[in-house]
Formats: sequence, C-alpha cells, structure tokens
Amino acid sequence: MNGAPSIVVEQLLKRFESFTAVNQVSFQVRSGEIFGLLGPNGSGKSTIIRMLCGLLTPSSGAATVVGFDVARQAEEVRKHIGYMSQKFSLYNDLTALENLQFFAGLYGVKGSALNERIAWALKMAGLAGSERSLTGELSGGWKQRLALGSAVLHRPQVLFLDEPTAGVDPLSRGQFWELIHQMAREGVTILVTTHYMDEAEYCNRLALINQGLIVAMGTPTKIKQLAINGAILLVECNPLGRALAVVKQAPGVIDASVFGAALHVAVDAARLPLPELPAFLASHEVRVDRIELISPSLEDAFVSLTGDRTFSDEAAE
Amino acid sequence: MSDEIVAVSGLTKRFASVVAVDDLNFNARKGEILGLVGPDGAGKTTTLRILAGILPADMGSVLVAGQDVLREPEAVKSRISYMPQQFGLYEDLTVTENIRFYADIFEVSRTVRQQREAQLLEASGMSRFRDRLAGQLSGGMKRKLGIACALIHTPQLLLLDEPTTGVDPVSRRELWSILYSLVFEGVTVLVSTAYLDEAERCQRLLLMHQGRSLFFGTPTDLKSTLCGGVLSIGSSNPQALQMATAGEQGILRATAMGDGLHIVVDDPDRRLVELRERFDRTGIPFGDIRRIPASVEDVFVYVISQQAQEAREQ
Repeated sequence: MNGAPSIVVEQLLKRFESFTAVNQVSFQVRSGEIFGLLGPNGSGKSTIIRMLCGLLTPSSGAATVVGFDVARQAEEVRKHIGYMSQKFSLYNDLTALENLQFFAGLYGVKGSALNERIAWALKMAGLAGSERSLTGELSGGWKQRLALGSAVLHRPQVLFLDEPTAGVDPLSRGQFWELIHQMAREGVTILVTTHYMDEAEYCNRLALINQGLIVAMGTPTKIKQLAINGAILLVECNPLGRALAVVKQAPGVIDASVFGAALHVAVDAARLPLPELPAFLASHEVRVDRIELISPSLEDAFVSLTGDRTFSDEAAE
Repeated sequence: MSDEIVAVSGLTKRFASVVAVDDLNFNARKGEILGLVGPDGAGKTTTLRILAGILPADMGSVLVAGQDVLREPEAVKSRISYMPQQFGLYEDLTVTENIRFYADIFEVSRTVRQQREAQLLEASGMSRFRDRLAGQLSGGMKRKLGIACALIHTPQLLLLDEPTTGVDPVSRRELWSILYSLVFEGVTVLVSTAYLDEAERCQRLLLMHQGRSLFFGTPTDLKSTLCGGVLSIGSSNPQALQMATAGEQGILRATAMGDGLHIVVDDPDRRLVELRERFDRTGIPFGDIRRIPASVEDVFVYVISQQAQEAREQ
C-alpha cells in the first residue's frame, strides 16, 4: 500500500457546454490502494472515471495512469486498465464462458494465458461447473463477479469500478469486496465510485465529491472526524413529533431528524455533553428516556461537509 | 385493531416460474412509517403495486382501511397515493404547473391546493424553484416534486417506491423529514428502499429477500436477533489483520474495511479482551479496538447465513 502513485490527477476539469461536470479535481492513488469517489448521482464521479480511461478528453488539467497521459496516450492507458461499469456490460444471451472468451479476445489475451486466465476467472466468480449457463439467467451476484472476472482477464495494473454493487444483495456485496481487497493485496490499484455511503467504508481512502468538486479527502475515519464540529446525539423521547419541532430551537442544536423511535440530534461538539437539553425538552412537555452519543456515519459527514452548498449552487444555476 | 390501516396476509404473486412475492404477512398502523427494505429482486415493487391496486395477486388478502384491495381496487384509490420509481412528471411544465395538474386529477379544491402547495414546497426547500421547468430539476428535486404531487390530496396511505435511490444525502434527509411530518399528521407511509441503512429511519420494517420476509418488527428488535455483537479494529493493513483472525474461536465473520476490520463475534466483551491480548502477544499492529452497534447489513447477512445453514441441515 506504500507504492508509487499509479494514478495522478491534477486540476482536472470537464465542461459540457456551460455545465462544469468536474471542477479542478486533484488527487493521487498509490499502487495497491483502494480509492473511492463518493458522491450522489450527477456529482461527476463517472465523468472522472471516463476521463481516466481515456474515453473522454479533459477540458483542462491533466491526469496520468501508470505513467501514461490520459489525453495523449489513451491507447497505452487502456492496455493497463480494467473497467467494470455499473451495467456490467455482459452479453446476456452468451454463456458465462463465451462472455469470458469474448472479453479475452477484446483484451488480446492469447496462448497459454488464455485458458489459465479463463479458468481463474471462473473459479473466482464461483462459476466453475456452471460455465455453460446463460449469463442472463445468473443472479446479480454471479453476474457481478463474472463482470469483474471479464474486466481483469488481462491482469491490469489499475482497475476502475463504476458503481459496481448497485442493487446487489449484501451477501454478494460482501463477497465482491473480499475479492477487491484480495486484488489490492496483490498490487492492483483500484478506483471505485459509489453513492452508497456505507459502501465507501470498504475503501482505504476516499474523496467526497459534490457537484464536480472534492469537498473532503482522507481515510473513512478521518473524513468522519473532519466533519465533526458536530456530534450526533441519539435522543429517545416522547412524543416524537413535538420533540422534533422544539429540539431545533434548543441551544447548541444544529439539526435533528427522526430515526424510528428516536431523534438523531446534531449538536455543536464544543458544547457537549449539553446538560441543559433534557430540561429544555421537559419544559416543552417532551419526556426524555435516554440520551446517548453515537458515532457519526459517512452520510452525517457528507451532509455536514456539503450542507447548504447544494442549494446555493442550485439557485445560482 | 381500529388503527390498523394496512393488513396483508399470505400475499403471494408469481410471474411465470418466478415467485416474486412469497407468503408475506404484515400490517401498518395509522401514523406509522413502515419500510419495505431489501436488495433488488426482493419483491418490494411488486408488493407496493399490489397494495396500490394496480397489480392482481395470486393468493392472500390485502386490506386497506378495511377495504379489500384485491376484490375492489377502485374502492381504495381515493384513500391512497402511490409514487412509483418513475413518477410521471411533465418535464415541460413548471413545478407549480405539475402540482396543479395533479391537484385537478385528485379533484382538490383551489383553496386547499394553494395552502397545501405552499406547505409542501416549503418543507422540501423548493419554494424558490416554483417556476422552474420540471425537466431542469436535479434528481433529488424531481423526487421531492413527485412527492409533493402525490400529496396534493390528503391520502390515508402513501406508498413510495424507492424515493431516495440515487438522491444526494441532503435531499434524502429532507425527504425523510417530509415523510415524518406526514406521519405526525396521521398519514400511514409505506416506503421501499434498497439502502439497508435506511431501515433505521423506519418505525417498523419488513426486511425482504427474494420475495420472502426475513423479519418484521422495529429496527431495535431486528438488531437484537443478531446473536453476539460487532467489534471494530482500526488498522492500516486490514487484510493482514483479517488473516490473523481467521478461524479464531468465537469469530462468526470478519470483513476487511478500508481502514480496519469489522468482526461479528459471539461474545463481544470477552472476545475484545482476548483479541487485544493476542495482538499484543504476537506483535500484530492494530489501532483502536471497540464494540460498535451492529448495522442492518450485519443482521441481514447473519439471518441469510443462518437460514442457509438450516436449509442444509434439513
């Protein structure tokens, strides 16, 4: 994990007419590292990946992948990368084996390596023995692992995963990440995009992206700490409706939302433990049963780091 | 029970050889958010469509406010509002015009509409976009407009199919806060989601997998079905740590995360001490080690593995 950077991105910018999809983004990914781009739909994640694969030309800025410039040496870049898209781009009316043979041909895998890599991919995907099954009849998890196998037949040094686990069941998702961690251990650099906040926890480092801008970068733990000039209190109380309405006026409270039978209350961390909160709620006829400090999630971090910007930008469009 | 708005029993639906929904049983009370939670293919959309009266079922019964939806789907349509994943907004109409259009369909009077429209736009932070064309709204804004349209009449039951999928976190939170304000007014909300973490926002949930129910109850009760607990161990090399703990006694599952390891153990307090001692003794570097709350995903995986094991034993 301490290798030289295999992806270097500097001031990368992409404009579509008047719309800036990616706005001066810079980051580096070390060899063998799992780096995540985390952001909602439309934040520019896929545009970044497409530029790094040499499929889209940057409007300005530069990026290299394993030393090759993505704008000027796109052909070289493509030889060294694997790409798995959110749609898995497999042929549903081909068998699992035929899909692998097709992609092996595409990537120029030949000779003794061909059979060896195909056998490896089938084993990895757990499809050994089912290689004659039609791809369209495989479940989401199998398809996903087959797509992963197809993307790495040519042993790429860098693997791009664009929303790889959208809608896949959690069991398959866990298995998938196990495979990704294994590849990273073998030295493959992995760049993954996701809008699942909880999934980003699988990455070694993350860039939080919102509206084409990187708003934070670091390990998942560090990002959560960064965001925490707010802390989150779990407040079990009754009645919830009134509690929600009044708690936002309590001193030190930034925001509140309902989680099942409790409130999650974002408070100014400097003012913890906020001893006056129970009394404040009691004075508004809210009975407090329990207050507990809970760890903020990546989503809490994301909201606190992007916050109002979402709206100010939208208004300025 | 008088405050029971939805009562579903033995609900089953097949599409050719696929059992999309298999013997579901659940209910929802007045003023409650019930989540249908599960990955793609769990049967969430099929269930909501049947409840909305637009898809017949093969077996079972569905009562909404005491009326039989399967026999008389038209009888309940005035009481419910259904927002599918692809909600029909007119992209070349403005925000206000879309709302007005749905108000006319639901025969909402002008005074009620004006009051409700202002309220809904305010709650969703869209007041200043009322004259924007729907086609020019972001994904999150479109969902919020969809909900505003679905709520322009006051339904007893609101059915929402994955309203938060792909929506940015800020809009996602606003959506949930709108749903809770409705619930506090007495509306019953059935909302489906493939985000397992959103289960924690529901008052009760039906956890679904491949058409079947894995669990029905509160998020707290769901988590108590997990025997044992979860430990988090910080590490700059989670994979090495994972290998070092493989096969240890009491460890049910170990997952390498980006900057640490999550392990599901049978007895968290005891294993925490044991692991710390072992890492110290063997010189394996590790960071912060502590107990963390189980996530819904932890429980989901646990329940599915248990069921698979039971199936093998039978």
